[in-house]
Amino acid sequence: MQDLVEQRYDIAFRMYPYVRSADQDAAAVRHPVIVIGGRPIGLATALDLGLRGVPVLVLDDHEGAGLGSRAICFAKRTLEICDRLGAAEAMLGKGVLWNTGKVFHDDRLLYEFNLQPESGHAFPAFINLQQPWFEKFLHDAILQAQANGAPIEIRGRNRVEAVTPSAEHVALEVMTPEGPYRLEADWLVACDGARSPTRNGLGLDFKGRVFEDNFLIADIRMKADFPTERWFWFEPHFKSGDSALLHKQPDDIWRIDFQLGWNIDRKTELEPANIRARVDAMLGPNVDYALEWTSIYTFQCRRMDSFRHGRVLFAGDSAHQVSPFGARGANSGIQDVDNLGWKLALVLGGMAPDSLLDTYDAERVCAADENILNSTRATDFITPKSPMSKMFRNAVLDLAHHLPFARTIVNSGRLSVPCIYDGSRLNGPDHPKMPRRSRPGSPCPDAPLGDGWLLEELGRGFTLLAIDAALPEAIKIKGLTVQRLSVSALANAALRDRYLGAATSAVYLVRPDQHVAARWERYDETEVLAALARICTA
Amino acid sequence: MLITEPNLHNPDEIYARLIAAHDGLSEAESHALNARLVLILMNHIGNHAILTEALGHARPTGGTGQN
Ligand SMILES: Cc1cc2nc3c(=O)[nH]c(=O)nc-3n(C[C@H](O)[C@H](O)[C@H](O)COP(=O)(O)OP(=O)(O)OC[C@H]3O[C@@H](n4cnc5c(N)ncnc54)[C@H](O)[C@@H]3O)c2cc1C
Repeated sequence: MQDLVEQRYDIAFRMYPYVRSADQDAAAVRHPVIVIGGRPIGLATALDLGLRGVPVLVLDDHEGAGLGSRAICFAKRTLEICDRLGAAEAMLGKGVLWNTGKVFHDDRLLYEFNLQPESGHAFPAFINLQQPWFEKFLHDAILQAQANGAPIEIRGRNRVEAVTPSAEHVALEVMTPEGPYRLEADWLVACDGARSPTRNGLGLDFKGRVFEDNFLIADIRMKADFPTERWFWFEPHFKSGDSALLHKQPDDIWRIDFQLGWNIDRKTELEPANIRARVDAMLGPNVDYALEWTSIYTFQCRRMDSFRHGRVLFAGDSAHQVSPFGARGANSGIQDVDNLGWKLALVLGGMAPDSLLDTYDAERVCAADENILNSTRATDFITPKSPMSKMFRNAVLDLAHHLPFARTIVNSGRLSVPCIYDGSRLNGPDHPKMPRRSRPGSPCPDAPLGDGWLLEELGRGFTLLAIDAALPEAIKIKGLTVQRLSVSALANAALRDRYLGAATSAVYLVRPDQHVAARWERYDETEVLAALARICTA
Repeated sequence: MLITEPNLHNPDEIYARLIAAHDGLSEAESHALNARLVLILMNHIGNHAILTEALGHARPTGGTGQN
């Protein structure tokens, strides 16, 4: 029989095998939200919406996580978001913790660094975990949520072939192994990756820069006692590439990355013997290892003009793409999800007009620009574009060996940190005495709280966080319940430093994505209602 | 503010040292020396506005290479 849904890649975990749906025997059934793509960003979107009680249907043309890892570094903010989604514990359990690294030039160690995360946070700065495992843990959390009644459905081997938006809904044509059927959605979230057929089908732009360089990724399995550190070489003496990276993953797997240059023959370079020659030169003789997964990538930094097109929203790689230096791909996609979920839930619940979704576009476009800027600068440092650029790059490396200032210029990737939505129209009043790091637009910094953590005490909806300040019994506006959280900073230095600064008390209005909306020294009903109204009438 | 009025108490002396620092170097080595020097001075100045002003003065105005 002819395969109606061609499988473009192999699967690491079969998570959502094809099952016939009753929708296939009906005229176009309408769903509130359909998500295209069941990989990290699509799964997280479904989980976030489902946990908010919004019925969501995910369509993916495969049946689970793809074989071979792309992303390996997952950042603190991603773990905090996944914790809210119920998936972080498993990730932390399997992931490799790291915070130190070494930078080499040729055969010289230039310096060592320590990301030394500030203490008093539930999650570390980074963990390394293979992307298929990251996806599996999100999927496990979906199974758990489903068991608790969350309205999430995933259909594997459902390929979306056409998307036709109109003012009232979006029509979809879907192909399955048993033939085509139709669906309709009030809202469509396209998490269908960098090649997004949804984006292309609608003829939307995806502009930016292609970097003229090829990178060879080799994940190898070896029992070795290299330390759990990120090692990066510029112009390595072992000549396996113009730059090289060695980084540990779980299960005795190591990520090796070689910069090959622009004019290469992909097929030749991917021959196992040729890959092994490069790896041998790097690791030295007599190291026993097996090639687990290899691949050659070229990198681009680009984004769509707008992440919202009427009833179609774009999230993750479909909306923006960055080079891997800085681990900003999946990490930023998870922040898209964090930003979009609650807004879509409010709009679907009739609590906010659909213009609230324009702030998803505004805030996440800003974040994408920040990520693209950082990732472009790192790539330019690693792959200098002109002889003079290379001259300066190598001058920085020469100086970094003995002058500390130059180490801050060395750029092998500025690792992902969350964007602060300065200037967002959702931001309410700020207070001059309070610390800058928690100003409106910032993600709430975590802090220890009793035996637990501040972030896990924040609600799924809006929260009023009162620090040594009084709050009324209950706050309700037009059906919107605001959770109250009263804490004291008197014996909690982290809370004081991160939230009070020079103030003696504070009331924070925290959005459902744990970003600060507004802050005052004391509770004032009119002020709080105005700040909420600013968001819910945005 | 970038100082463009005279600020060196013995310009001839320090200029001669700059030239002497390049003695015996190939053109590539000289370029590298200059690059390191720019970076070191840049860090010492440490002020974005001043550096931006300096870059503006240094960059040929015609945009094609000649001052
Ligand atoms: C070498 C490399 C290293 C990386 N390292 C990191 C890192 O360390 N940290 C990090 O954060 N990020 C990293 N990234 C980026 C990360 O892999 C991506 O950002 C991430 O996979 C994007 O997820 P996504 O869900 O948006 O898209 P994808 O993972 O591309 O998923 C899209 C899904 O949509 C499905 N689909 C496509 N078309 C259709 C259709 N018509 N119908 C139904 N389904 C469809 C696809 O089959 C797929 O399952 C790296 C990337 C590369 C290439």
